[in-house]
Amino acid sequence: MSSTNRTVVVTGIGATTPLGGDVASTWEGLVAGRSGVKPLEQEWAAEQAVRIAAPVAVEPTEVIPRPQARRLDRSAQFALIAAKEAWADAGFEAKADEDPNVDPDRLGAVIASGIGGVTTLLDQYDVLKEKGVRRVSPHTVPMLMPNSPSANVGLAVGARAGVHTPVSACASGAEAIGYAIEMIRTGRADVVVAGGTEAAIHPLPIAAFGNMMAMSKNNDDPQGASRPYDVARDGFVLGEGAGVVVLESAEHAAKRGARVYAVAVGQGISADSHDIVQPEPEGRGISHALQNLLDRTDLDPAEIVHVNAHATSTPAGDIAELKALRKVFGDDADHFAVSATKSMTGHLLGGAGGVETVATVLALYHRVAPPTINVENLDPEAEANADVVRGEARKLPVEGRIAALNDSFGFGGHNVVLAFRTV
Amino acid sequence: MAATQEEIVAGLAEIVNEIAGIPVEDVQLDKSFTDDLDVDSLSMVEVVVAAEERFDVKIPDEDVKNLKTVGDATDYILKHQG
Repeated sequence: MSSTNRTVVVTGIGATTPLGGDVASTWEGLVAGRSGVKPLEQEWAAEQAVRIAAPVAVEPTEVIPRPQARRLDRSAQFALIAAKEAWADAGFEAKADEDPNVDPDRLGAVIASGIGGVTTLLDQYDVLKEKGVRRVSPHTVPMLMPNSPSANVGLAVGARAGVHTPVSACASGAEAIGYAIEMIRTGRADVVVAGGTEAAIHPLPIAAFGNMMAMSKNNDDPQGASRPYDVARDGFVLGEGAGVVVLESAEHAAKRGARVYAVAVGQGISADSHDIVQPEPEGRGISHALQNLLDRTDLDPAEIVHVNAHATSTPAGDIAELKALRKVFGDDADHFAVSATKSMTGHLLGGAGGVETVATVLALYHRVAPPTINVENLDPEAEANADVVRGEARKLPVEGRIAALNDSFGFGGHNVVLAFRTV
Repeated sequence: MAATQEEIVAGLAEIVNEIAGIPVEDVQLDKSFTDDLDVDSLSMVEVVVAAEERFDVKIPDEDVKNLKTVGDATDYILKHQG
């Protein structure tokens, strides 16, 4: 294979999510069908129309030493935790300049978030108003800049091939992973740490998303509030956390004898050009992304057995995605076990693509599709277009090569579909 | 009432511990903020602002660069405290 079209594999995974502080606990929660949604107990929540969210299961300050934590936005804290887990999981023992198994000049980092250091920005504005100019933290700028998680992860692993931050709202994490795949495929890097992170559980984003009518107001039943494909779904539940993978050229991984979770087949990207926030109801833009994926990679529709859907639990978006899958794949969509893991994690915005890539890769590795929980009455339009994994996890074919898709779409009309397959 | 040298060192030790995580007993007069105590240029600004508040003193930006050691800062605060 030429140096400009190299095979890319996943060799490390890391996560901190509403279901657990690492990959093992998160995966266990996903397979068990556990909800990470809770009532918001903070004082500020009392006046909000939305009083539920999915906070991380393990506070980052329990893991990151205080002096380091106080100069990192919460989104960067999550990213660092997930990246360190993924880096160690990939078998690296130190920063690139101290580890003989990776050349820092051939190592990249691509970590994205949808909103950036929003809590730092808002908290420091409160400091400015309440305590004055002198008290605004000198760390404010490096904490709030949207590239901060990527830059901090890059510093932690010693990445010198390029550190990037694509931003596309809720597609950001997936776009970051797609960008990283391209860096390796085209020969610009051998190893890239990539993923998404978000930390936006704060009164302003909650009020703003709430006023858009985008979020579930099912405050009385937090664990049942995120219910993709159910007829009673009424919007997403805001989650937080990060998911990060280590991507590597197959050649580089083989040379150092790394464990390979899955092959990163490639990506399909498109833009709706329809509305700033509403999904195109027939899934035209999503279809375009899926078609691009098929046209630009060697993915065979017959090998796809699982889709980690974007499915945020909004009335229009959930169905548009399933229509697009049916339109592009026809009868092949019959053998796609479709899982909406946001029913358990809530919607991590820019972190979603990262966490759901970890879930997709593990679904292939363990050959198990996590369930979609809270589907009491399946929407007939969902039933007509897809095979939704409901209630309990489902075994995937135990033999042969299988592939899976991870869909992510964002406000602004961004569509990113990633494809993975077993080794 | 003005703080004594001992009180100022103890106060700076608490501040440096909070900001850089250095044990309070390691914060001694001869220690350099940047070389010994893990206080970089941005964190030094935090140390200065916290010290200003604690000891009721103004430390203008142009004077901060002269405060290399805990002893420098202690002398400055002793001389300028309100």
